[in-house]
Amino acid sequence: MTNLLEFQRRVAGAVMSPLNRSISAEANQLVKPNDRLTSTERLNIYHRQYWYRILDSFNEDFPGLCSILGERAFERLSRAYLADCPSQSFTLRNLGSRLATWLTEHPEFAGQHFALAIDMIRLEWAHIDAFDSAERKALGPEDLLELGPELRLALQPYVRLLALRYPVDDLRVQLNQHLNEHGAASNAVSRPARRHIVRRFARLKPQPIFLAVHRVDFTVYYRRLDADEFRLLESFGEGQSIGQALDSALAGTEFEPAELQQKIQTWFANWAQLGWLSSRPS
Amino acid sequence: MPANRFNGQTDFGIGIGLRVPHYQHILERRPVVDWFEIISENYMLDGGRPLAILDRILEQYRVVQHGVSMYFGSAEPLNREHLRRLKALVKRTKTPWLTDHLCWGSVDGRYTHDLLPMPYTFEAAEITARKVREARDFLEVPIAVENVSSYAEFHISEMTEWEFLNEVVEGADCGILLDVNNIYVSSQNHGFDPYDYLNGVPAERVAQIHIAGHSKFEKYILDTHDHPVLDPVWKLYEHAIRRVGPTATLLEWDDRIPSFDEVHAEARKAEQFIGIPVVVSQ
Ligand SMILES: [Fe+2]
Repeated sequence: MTNLLEFQRRVAGAVMSPLNRSISAEANQLVKPNDRLTSTERLNIYHRQYWYRILDSFNEDFPGLCSILGERAFERLSRAYLADCPSQSFTLRNLGSRLATWLTEHPEFAGQHFALAIDMIRLEWAHIDAFDSAERKALGPEDLLELGPELRLALQPYVRLLALRYPVDDLRVQLNQHLNEHGAASNAVSRPARRHIVRRFARLKPQPIFLAVHRVDFTVYYRRLDADEFRLLESFGEGQSIGQALDSALAGTEFEPAELQQKIQTWFANWAQLGWLSSRPS
Repeated sequence: MPANRFNGQTDFGIGIGLRVPHYQHILERRPVVDWFEIISENYMLDGGRPLAILDRILEQYRVVQHGVSMYFGSAEPLNREHLRRLKALVKRTKTPWLTDHLCWGSVDGRYTHDLLPMPYTFEAAEITARKVREARDFLEVPIAVENVSSYAEFHISEMTEWEFLNEVVEGADCGILLDVNNIYVSSQNHGFDPYDYLNGVPAERVAQIHIAGHSKFEKYILDTHDHPVLDPVWKLYEHAIRRVGPTATLLEWDDRIPSFDEVHAEARKAEQFIGIPVVVSQ
């Protein structure tokens, strides 16, 4: 092991340690004091900067989760999560990638709102993913005429499918409107208004929904799907041929055959218009 | 040295950083700007709006890539995924040279997302120089490393910052992105003469210059990029131009960003220095 690696492990260990932990011991051994600042004060500049930067970024990514939990509980969760799961990517975009898994292992950070919180995290993470994932050449309405049962389709990488227990899409849209009207920074939202939103979140009743998070002209949208439509798209995403997907996804359908036939046509027409399907790269 | 092998033999003038709040103005009004600097990480994506906007900018403007997370000075090897994405972007932008910081920020695959100062040791210089060479060989584009501003000095350092810079750029045979604001900030925080630093830089390796604003606190100066350039920094810039010759110069303004015209006007103040005669030094 190089001296440099050893040194950097110690400095990073101090800088990334929880904010309330003293880093004096490492600071005194590693950092020179000057005539104005002690070793600890100098290293603390980096310690604080580290936490402000990642907490800021995390805040921006999960405003919906913050509204569900309230600011205090959200901050507790943020600090605990980021201490357990520090960034492993060169971009801050991926900071929340492990949040849903982590919260499942630490449900106490969401208390009674656990199920709602998990749904919101999945939605907000899908939103980040949908914003900048790749777009392949889409199959248009003219391509659909030639589809046979053997063909395998792929979903656009920017389309994310979510089966959720709560209608968190509506809440997230409301919150967005609110944030837009009162400034994007969450702390610019007046406290009474925020409390009002929080109360609304807390009252939310379970109502299973199927959702596609996707984009049109570079803007992210949420689109509710029928259960059958959702399962069909999921089957395409898993690599099933059109024939297999129709058989497996629609086995338990509640629609009458004629109605189902009509539905399938409408779904395919919508997907073609939205550009959600592409041919599967072989 | 307007054009040299470290900036791809280009002769760029005064540029500004491409920032989201200015997108609309630039695309609609098409202001005359010598060149834009982009933060590479903001466009190392698979798709979506940022890349679409970048493509429109590239149709009309010269773009140079500036990175914030290569971490040449981290003891761990370069991140292959990072390099692969960066190379795809280099092909897209055709950047004539590429810059990142002479710093570290990750250890054992965990990222601080900060620009942490190096311990100025011979071992660190050797590791850093090797990584710069590896990146250049992989990316096939000239690289210039930027001096960072810092708030801490380390006991294990064996030389001054500018001696360390010399060690690295000679070892890597790479260019320098000389940030005169960072030299000023560090000189105030560490109590050295910024002109000693400037005079110690190998002039023939300077590929580009950064200017920026900073914030003064009671006991230290923070490199905030949220102000116009301060007087002592303009004086250093003038001195740098006398030593180095007219060099591609970029104003960084990253926080509390004013209108495009205001940022551009601030950058163009550099024009009055660009024409001054070069003093052949030492
Ligand atoms: Fe800079």
